[in-house]
Amino acid sequence: MILLEALMFYVFAATMIGSSLAILLSRDIVRSAVWLLGTLGAAAGLYFLLAANFLAAVQLIVYAGGVLVLIVFGVMLTGRQAGAMPLARGSEIAIAAVVALILCAGLLVVALRGPWIELPGPAPAPVAAEMRTIGSELLTSYLVPFEVASVLLLAVMIGAAYLARPEKR
Amino acid sequence: MFDIGLTHYLVVSIVVFCLGVAVMATKRNAIGILLGAELVLNAAALNFVAFGRYRVPGLDGQLAAVFVIVLAAAETALALAIFLNFYANHATIDVDQGASLKG
Repeated sequence: MILLEALMFYVFAATMIGSSLAILLSRDIVRSAVWLLGTLGAAAGLYFLLAANFLAAVQLIVYAGGVLVLIVFGVMLTGRQAGAMPLARGSEIAIAAVVALILCAGLLVVALRGPWIELPGPAPAPVAAEMRTIGSELLTSYLVPFEVASVLLLAVMIGAAYLARPEKR
Repeated sequence: MFDIGLTHYLVVSIVVFCLGVAVMATKRNAIGILLGAELVLNAAALNFVAFGRYRVPGLDGQLAAVFVIVLAAAETALALAIFLNFYANHATIDVDQGASLKG
């Protein structure tokens, strides 16, 4: 079982990183958007491995089903230029690569040497939370963020409707 | 090697985060920049869930990730509305063209 879990982890991790790399290297925005599907699906697989079943389902429904379709609609509505959009200039790419590599190295050093690595005791057994538990937690312990999120969604709805409305001149 | 722990997930998350930063820095298409932001948000959510699984028992990590997903969906909707307006005004989605306010 441990072997299977490790195998699945490496498959999902490789898919996630590879798809992200493909987003970075792809010149065509449609291809980038499709590669995002690989990243989001692999992230959902990792959530399943982390015993977060509900979250994995939400990831697949909201992200892969909703956000990705929204992005593809955005790509279509903004029109594809003839040919791929030119990349940034060479110097900008070099600066971006240097910044990303330095950031990556720094974060790796911090994450792999932080106090959480040496925390004693074995990892707690994976327990998939029941939907009932998640629902009651959302409406008790997490009531304030839940309500804030609902207000945020209302504001976003009004804002998007306002922005998308044709301007009266 | 075969015993998957917190560090494995941390490494994946960090690599995806940095790739997202690089995407945001190199794409000139506004929607490409949005894709980079999605990568960064996914990496952050993965961190929350990994810590919730291995270090902090309970639902804190998973629910934090749920709220990250809510924020990402809201951000995408608004960003696309802004991009459509930008496209209507400039007839392009190249962010370098959005320089009307440049002094």
